[in-house]
Formats: sequence, C-alpha cells, structure tokens
Amino acid sequence: MCENVLEILKILIILAMLLGSVPFLVWMERKGAAYIQDRRGPNRATVLFTRFGGIFHGMADAIKLLSKEEVCPEGSYKPFYFAAPILALFLSLISVAVIPFAEPLKIGGCEFNLQIADLRSGLIYVLAISSFSAHAILYAGWGSNNKYSLIGGLRSSAQLISYEIPMALAAISIFMVAGSFRITDIVLDQGVVPLYWNIVRQPVAFVIFFVALMAESNRLPFDLPEAEAELVAGYHVEYSSMKFAMFFMAEYIHMFIAGLLIATLFLGGWQIPFINAELLKTSSYEIILFVVPLLGALLALLGALSIGSFKKCPTPFGKGDCGPIIAGSLLLIVGVVLIVGGFLAGMLDLPLWVSNVMLFLLQIVVLLIKAIFVCLLFIWIRWTLPRFRYDQMMRLGWRVLLPLGMINLIVTGAVIMYIKY
Amino acid sequence: MQHTMIFEDNKMYLNIGPSHPAMHGCFRVLVELDGERISKAVPEIGYLHRCFEKEAESHRWDGILPYTDRLNYVSPLMNNVGYCMAVERLMNLEIPERANWIRMLICEVSRICDHLVCLGANLVDVGALTNYWYLFNERELFVDWIEALCGARLTSSYTRIGGLSRDIPSGTPEILKKCLKGTSKALNQVEKIIKRNRIFTDRTVGVGVITEDDAISYGFTGPCLRAAGCDYDVRKVDGYYHYDDVNWDIPVGESGDTFDRIFVRFEEIRQSSRIIEQILERIPEGPIAMDRGNISLPPKHDVYGSIEGMIRHFKIVMEGISPPPGEVYSCTEAANGELGFYIVSDGSDRPYRIKVRPPCFSIYQAYPKMIEGHTVADAIAIMGSLNIIAGELDR
Repeated sequence: MCENVLEILKILIILAMLLGSVPFLVWMERKGAAYIQDRRGPNRATVLFTRFGGIFHGMADAIKLLSKEEVCPEGSYKPFYFAAPILALFLSLISVAVIPFAEPLKIGGCEFNLQIADLRSGLIYVLAISSFSAHAILYAGWGSNNKYSLIGGLRSSAQLISYEIPMALAAISIFMVAGSFRITDIVLDQGVVPLYWNIVRQPVAFVIFFVALMAESNRLPFDLPEAEAELVAGYHVEYSSMKFAMFFMAEYIHMFIAGLLIATLFLGGWQIPFINAELLKTSSYEIILFVVPLLGALLALLGALSIGSFKKCPTPFGKGDCGPIIAGSLLLIVGVVLIVGGFLAGMLDLPLWVSNVMLFLLQIVVLLIKAIFVCLLFIWIRWTLPRFRYDQMMRLGWRVLLPLGMINLIVTGAVIMYIKY
Repeated sequence: MQHTMIFEDNKMYLNIGPSHPAMHGCFRVLVELDGERISKAVPEIGYLHRCFEKEAESHRWDGILPYTDRLNYVSPLMNNVGYCMAVERLMNLEIPERANWIRMLICEVSRICDHLVCLGANLVDVGALTNYWYLFNERELFVDWIEALCGARLTSSYTRIGGLSRDIPSGTPEILKKCLKGTSKALNQVEKIIKRNRIFTDRTVGVGVITEDDAISYGFTGPCLRAAGCDYDVRKVDGYYHYDDVNWDIPVGESGDTFDRIFVRFEEIRQSSRIIEQILERIPEGPIAMDRGNISLPPKHDVYGSIEGMIRHFKIVMEGISPPPGEVYSCTEAANGELGFYIVSDGSDRPYRIKVRPPCFSIYQAYPKMIEGHTVADAIAIMGSLNIIAGELDR
C-alpha cells in the first residue's frame, strides 16, 4: 500500500519540480542575459510592493500567454498542428523518469526512491526519448503550413539525428566505465571524490555530450530551427498563446533535464562532494548539534543584512521594493528556528529517520545545485557565441564529434582492458 | 487537407520580407531555394518609397532639409550636410570656418553612430546577440550629445544653407572624449568576442565575396568598396571641408567578404575617432552661419531689436533662398558611401529637380548576385554587412 501511494507521490513531486523550474529558469536566463549584456533585466513586475529581482515576470508572462487569442493558420494540417506542442511538452517531461534525485530513503518498512523508474536500460531510455522529440518539431514545421516553419522543422530533424550519434557514442563510453546502463549504478560508480567523477575520467565524452545536448535542446550556437534572424521563429512561428507557451516550457524543461543529466552522468549525481553518505548517517548527532545551528546563524545573518538593506530603499511603500524585508525576515525566522531546533534536537535523542530524511533532502539540493550550475553554463554560452550555419553545424556533428567519439570509445576500451588484465 | 506549397523540381520559393526581422527596413527578396541554398534571388524595392525627389520640387530650398533626415535615418546629420553642401556649391557660398569644422565633427559622429548600428545589427544577424548592447550603449551616449546639439535624436535638421542652425553645446569636447573612450573600449570588447571566434569566422570569411572590379562596376562606394580592396574615399579624393588638414587613414580590406566589411567598419570607427580628436583641438571660434542677408536668418536679438534685422528675417521667411539657375552634382562620404545630390535650379525659390545618389542603391544591385549559391543564413549576414538602409534606397 505504502509503495503505491509513494509511487504516485514521487511522480507528482518530480513533475511539480520540473514545471516549477520553468519560471525560475526563464528568470535566470533573462537575468543572466541582462547582466552579460550590461542591462538590468526584468525588474518591473511588482506583487504587494515586492519584486524579488523580477521573479514575478514569469507569472505575468504566464497570465499574458493564457489570455492571448488562439490563432490557427489557414491551411494548416490540424492534427499535426495541435499535436506538436503537446508532444513537445510531453516528451520533454517524461525523459526525467530515469534520473535519480537522491539515494533511496528508508523509513521503517517503506523505501522511498526519488526516481520514477529505475530502468536497467536507464540512459538508453533518455536517448530514445530525446530522438523522438524531433517529431514534435517536425510536426510543428509541417503542420503550420508556413515555409519558415518547414525549413525550421527540417533543420531540426537533421540536427537531432546527426547529434544523436555522437551523444550515444559518448554515452557508450560512460557505460563502459561504469559497467552498467543503470543510471543509479553510473552515479554510485563515480563515488564522492570529484577526481573520480566522469568529467575527469571521460573529459572527451563530457565535451561531446555537452555539445550534443546543447544541440538537442536547440540553444544558441545550435538554435537553427528557430534562428530568429533567418527564420523569424522557425518551427513555432505560427503558434500563439498557450500553444507557444508549451513549446517555450518544453525548451526550458529540456534545458533543465540536460543539466540534470550532465550532473548525474558526469558530476557525481546526488553525491555530496568529499562527504560519504555513511559517514553522514553515523555522525548525524554532531551534525545536528553543530552544523545545523551554524547554518541557522548564517541564514539569520543573511536575513538581518537583507532587512538592513531595506532602509536604503528610497520610497518604501510607494514604488519601493519590499522583497528584501520579506526575504530577510523569512531567512531570519528559519535561521532562528534552525539554531533553536538544532540545540534542542542535540539535547534530545532523535530517531534514526530524521538524519536519513536530512541526508535525503541534502542530496536533492546538491543535485539541483549541480544541475543549475550546468544550466548557467548553457545560458552563458548562449549569450556569448554566434549561431552556426546549417552546413557548418552538420560538419561539426559528422566530421568532428563523430570521429572524436569513436576515438574516445576505442581509447576508453583499451584503457579498461589494460587496467583489468 | 489543403496545402498551398508548390514544389517544382524540388525548388521552394520563399519570400524573405518585406516584414522580416533581418530585413532592416522594408525589403522583399523572393528566393528560389534548392534545399537551403539560394539558386535564384529577385529583390523588390520600393516598400519605403516616400517620393523624396518629387516632394522636393514643391518645397522651398530650406524646407527640403527636414526630408533629408529621413534618407539614411541612421545618420541623419550627414544627409543634412550633404544637401546643404550641394546647395552651397550651387550658390558658390563659402561658409564660416567654424561651421566647416562643426560639419566635419557631426559627420564623423554620425559615421560612428551609423557603423555602431550596422555592426550591432549585423552581429545579431549572425546570432551574436550580446554584442548589440555593447555597441548600442555607446551609440546611446553619442545620440544624447546629438540631442543636446539639435534637440532631436533622429530628425536632426541641424545644418542650414550657409551654416548651422546653432552652436555646439557647451562641454562638447569633454562629452565626446568620454564617448570616444567608451566606444574604443566597446570595440575592443566586441573584437575580442568575435574576431578569433571560429563560429564567427566560419560564418563570415569567404561569404558574399565581391571582387574589386565587380564592386567598382556595380558602383560600390564606402566601406563595402574599401573592403574589396579599393581605397576610394570621397573625403580624400574630394577633400571637402578640412579632411585634408587632419591625419587619418583609409582602412582597406582584402577579399571583399562579409568579414572584411565588418572589420573595415570597425577600423573606420577608430579613424573617425582620430578625426574627432583632432577636430576638437583645432575647432576655431567664430560665427556658425554666414552673415548674408538673403541666405541665413539674422540672430534673434537683431530680429527683435532692429528694423533691419526684422526686415531681413521677414524677407527670408517669406521669400526663401533663390539660387541662380544652373546645375550641380555634389557628393559627400556618408556612412555607407558616396551620397550625392544632383540639383537643377531654374532660379526660383524651389528646386527644379533634385536627384539623390544614395550609396545603398548601387550596392543593393549586387545583392542578388552576391547571395546566389549561398544559404539563407548567409543571405541575412550579407544583407547586414552591406548595411542597406531602406530610407535612402527607396527615398
């Protein structure tokens, strides 16, 4: 019984996390782009005198897109036209299923594994789904009855197919190192020391995988399917309102999953760098007594500083921003609770599951931080590099990445043979 | 299921423009695509035709000036200078020294603005979006100065026949020196980002090549001709105003491709900065407009304070300027190349005929030839590097 409930619960949790990541990533992209471009970025949307650095722009955008007029171009092929955005969002959402967010949590008789499906074919599933996502763009391109869309769709399908192969080659070298297709095994194989993570053991595979993922998620050096200057908006030029929003969400979810994948395959997954999970479990008493109050004190200090900065706002209740005071007081409260709770818990005897839950949450946070770091890399690259031309992108895929992947595969095989025998 | 796409011999016909993000202005190019390659291109012009030349025939000589702002709307001050210079040559006028120097100054400032816009837009066309802000932030400071100069950011109408409408704002040397410093920093930054970037060089080197002979026979002028290797510059050849008295070089490209066109513009901004620095040191004091009763308006205190001034003001406002009958062709080096005005006067207060020779018009002739055989993405990059401005192309 408890398994069934937990199954449904974790699917809901992961879906909510993914969908919730979209406004955050959009905000991050806009702010990142703005700071790269010497601008301020979004900072106008205000809710109850609070701006929080423009994070409400995502909400405003959602409302705008929901309330826009639904336009369907004349002569479009309706089944494809309407299926495309649904398919795009669906395919980008389901590829998260095999990613483990943390070590399985054991409480009493229940085991809670924050991974929707621990498939033995793990990574192959991701490759399969990502190659399927070309269909969404192709349908959109064909169904829209627009030549720009059509060119975008064609470019996209060619791009996805040609970058699928180097990506698979990079994945195979990971399989060879880990000796398994299961993503959990790949994560555990890397261990907690960053020196043994796959980014160090397989740097070439990392580069290939990173570039291929960037191409798969249609981001700037590879954004030919929607090349703004050439194809206006490429495959989604005819899409408006929520249909466009679905493509948009799919793109950002794609990016987030790319970050999660790279974090999982190359950056040690949910493992906390340098700190062994077993060590954390056995020394949970000290951690609760010392680390938690310290963390609380840090948060409280941050909160106090944030509240202090509020005084500098020129017009507090006119056009001012109450973000600092709200965030600051929240941080202060959490900090105080942590200090008090840490000392109280240290004095009392805690059941074992508390430290397990703490570890579980910590692992999720570590994975998310790694994924967001990768997303920041994506954003940085997007706003720095120019766009490839179609044939040049093909050349990079087939003439550079593919041979490189093959050589990497052979070298990896030779090294493994040498070590083993 | 009704599909309007027609495929013959696997060719697709695509309308790029007239409303398209990369068509700076309003152009339409009908291209025949073989896959991604353009096998044939037919440009269509006239979407921004505003009858400048016909309109000019029914306006008085000084009333035409505001229309020239709209020719190349990225650097309107240069069009003002070009037109006024043509009329002054028609009338054989010698404008005061200070006006000469200020006209040179505003020309070089607008050249920098124009090139910054062109480079920013061209880099956006090849996907390097961020550089746009680095360049436009600096342009913004120049435009702020232009606003202080004439009260408008775009529709300047600053020069007058026989001089200038007003003097340069106080503190100009400091402001412009600060702008130039910022510009040189921005140029270095952008150059660092793109010059050795493999994606960028792949996109631009060898793309849209035009040889020197072809460029000359198409009538190229300006940066596009210089990128092809010809060191023709009206400022050196004609030596109008004091361009002979200041030290500057003509940047010349080698292969006439998009890369060269972009970096010739980079270098021209640096040369213009050099010119501006020298102008700021050598600009003399003195009147900014001729003191001739039938040409320029008297100072306001004369108009309100003396009967002669009042009458002079009245005569010019009511009757306007009447150049002697005759014709003249006068050209200046505008940001895109040779901007010529061919003017015929019949001695009345309105021109008999004005023909503008915009640099873009000749350059755009070569555009279909240049993009044939290239991909759509290249066509966009070439379009940006030619810096076709619809306002002066269609007039």
